[in-house]
Amino acid sequence: MNEVVLLGAEAIAQGAIDGGMSGVYAYPGTPSTEITEYIQRNSGARKEGIHSEWSANEKTAMESAIGMSYAGKRAMVCMKHVGLNVAADPFINSAITGAGGGLIVVVADDPSMHSSQNEQDSRFYGDFALLPILEPADQQEAYDMAYNGFSLSEKVGLPVLMRITTRLSHSRSRVLRMKNIAENELKLPDDKKKFILLPSIARERYKLLLNLQDDLTELSENAAYNTLKDGNDRSLGIIACGISHNYLMENYPEGIPHPVLKIGQYPVPVKKIKEITSSCKEILVLEEGYPILEKSLLGLLNNSPVPIRGRLDGSLPRDGELNSDLVRKALGMEVHNGPEIPEIMVNRPPALCKGCGHIDIYHSLIEALTDFGEGRTFADIGCYTLGALPPYNAINTCVDMGASITMAKGAADAGLVPSVAVIGDSTFTHSGMTGLLDAVIENSPITIIISDNETTGMTGGQVSSAVGRIEGICLGIGVEESHLKIVTPLKKNHDENVQVILNELNYHGISVIIARRECIQTASKRKRIEVETKSLSTKS
Amino acid sequence: MLCELHPTNKIKYMGMKKSNIILSGVGGQGILTIAGIIGMATLKEKLYFKQSEVHGMSQRGGAVQSNFRIADTPVASDLVPLGQADLILSVEPLETLRYLPFLNKNGWLVCNSSPFINVPDYPELEKILNTIAEWPNHLIIDADKIAKDLGNRRGSNMVILGAASQYICLDFESLESGISAIFERKGDAVVQQNLLALRAGRDAALK
Repeated sequence: MNEVVLLGAEAIAQGAIDGGMSGVYAYPGTPSTEITEYIQRNSGARKEGIHSEWSANEKTAMESAIGMSYAGKRAMVCMKHVGLNVAADPFINSAITGAGGGLIVVVADDPSMHSSQNEQDSRFYGDFALLPILEPADQQEAYDMAYNGFSLSEKVGLPVLMRITTRLSHSRSRVLRMKNIAENELKLPDDKKKFILLPSIARERYKLLLNLQDDLTELSENAAYNTLKDGNDRSLGIIACGISHNYLMENYPEGIPHPVLKIGQYPVPVKKIKEITSSCKEILVLEEGYPILEKSLLGLLNNSPVPIRGRLDGSLPRDGELNSDLVRKALGMEVHNGPEIPEIMVNRPPALCKGCGHIDIYHSLIEALTDFGEGRTFADIGCYTLGALPPYNAINTCVDMGASITMAKGAADAGLVPSVAVIGDSTFTHSGMTGLLDAVIENSPITIIISDNETTGMTGGQVSSAVGRIEGICLGIGVEESHLKIVTPLKKNHDENVQVILNELNYHGISVIIARRECIQTASKRKRIEVETKSLSTKS
Repeated sequence: MLCELHPTNKIKYMGMKKSNIILSGVGGQGILTIAGIIGMATLKEKLYFKQSEVHGMSQRGGAVQSNFRIADTPVASDLVPLGQADLILSVEPLETLRYLPFLNKNGWLVCNSSPFINVPDYPELEKILNTIAEWPNHLIIDADKIAKDLGNRRGSNMVILGAASQYICLDFESLESGISAIFERKGDAVVQQNLLALRAGRDAALK
């Protein structure tokens, strides 16, 4: 028995390593990135040869994991909540094929959108796919669920969705590890047809999936993560999902006087829900994310036997992350504010680093666009999205991964010519290539700037799938060599770069400008490691 | 929450060990390193804890904070509730004020007086320091200067930790062993450098 200190994300990683995983597939995305990074760094994982390279995007990651599961071995996929939108096609269909080796899909949601475009609740996807969901309340549960998740998946023959949120992912606590489980052997599915989703086969598989639902609910009724604790004060009953249970406990240091149903495994335990709703005068539902359970308890006709309170009746805010003070208010207790923030306080938002290449190319782009009018720069997701803020105010849109190129094309089709797309290198190989293909086929009058810092920067400098490949990809897709330009974004090259951009803006066809300079953060990290390694080796 | 200043600079809350700490500063100032050291120290003393931190967007010059909760019974919320922080430990003066609503009425503000000015509307330093000084339990030290005088420019975070150590329910020796644990792979010279900074901060606070 081994005690370690781990972030929630790391606890999942360690649980999976100890639980017999053979491979993790992922694309960086806050707050999920740390799971894969931990596995990449872990000497035990490396010794066992656990696959842990980054995938080009969440869809390829999900599909590779399905492939490993098909071959009988245990696999894990990791992504942030919007990453599941990208992986949705294979994810939903993996419920129909079922799993071979245990398959855990870990999705990290970001309530309050600390670093995301939305705060969608991934439990919806589990319900939509008709798959079991595990939702840990703390670091120990995160470890346990990953450790045991593969055998749950193999037992029901389905992938399992594991859902965490930022607050748990990036919070550290003590975790007890369990004994290492050996990996599975290579083993093909007994049913030779189950992974072939021709309609005739899929219809049968879907019926099997539907028939499994009662079994899944039965498993939830008896799951260790779903506990119904009685309480003397039945004027209120509380249902707390995942991490919200901590916020409930925080407000009752002497113990909770009301009955509490803690939920950590879905489908929800219906019997336990019926028990608590029939024995209490009123129910408060605490769930991080959308009011999914709350809504289903209310029903369309609001025919719940007891009043249901939560996000929908205003007891809790409809949006944003929960915390112990919001729960405290919902429980009718007084909140004890400390002193107010003084008026002199100002915001200190994240900004592009001093010396960042994105800054230089934005300056050149802004100048080149002076005579063309505003509103035509379609950008994407990465550090360069910070170009939206003052003093740059350089971009007009950022919607989803890869949308820069395709939105620029659509706007150009509408007559907004020229349109400019700004995309990073990692985002380009994630989902910019297919948009480029569309644009090349129609020779759209757009100028694509690939701001290439040779890394996946915003998430902390992970290896980018694009490195060394961008020119080849662009030429291979069909961009004309004469309209594929490479520039170095530096102050001293400003005038030259403005001219290059101007020339391409004036060209009525597809242009790609690669603005390449290594991210200064990864560059300095690399140099620091080189110096450290040298000094340690000279010592020995 | 009653507390007494123990002769060896330890705070014990009515015999219970408990600290709710908010660490604050700017991305890149070593807040997470401080958290790591407190973590090692907490583990050594076999206490329960939860420590949450901000990753992702808030790096690179954005405001950064970490919540550190220590107790001898299991900790529930990963975040310090409003009005429950015993200590706001800040490596940057403006960042000290950002989490005031979390401070409990006997809580301490310990901060560095050297500003990190990377926004155009940064307030006057005098105003910031005066606002901090309005709170009775405050300690302002020039951690940057102390670190520089030790020849360890990047050590202000260690200095502040040393200065605040008397308000954390952990033994000073535990913090020292935390430094050894965190920095050991960088070699003994680095460990010693950081220990010196920690002690210098403690000494400055006692003056």
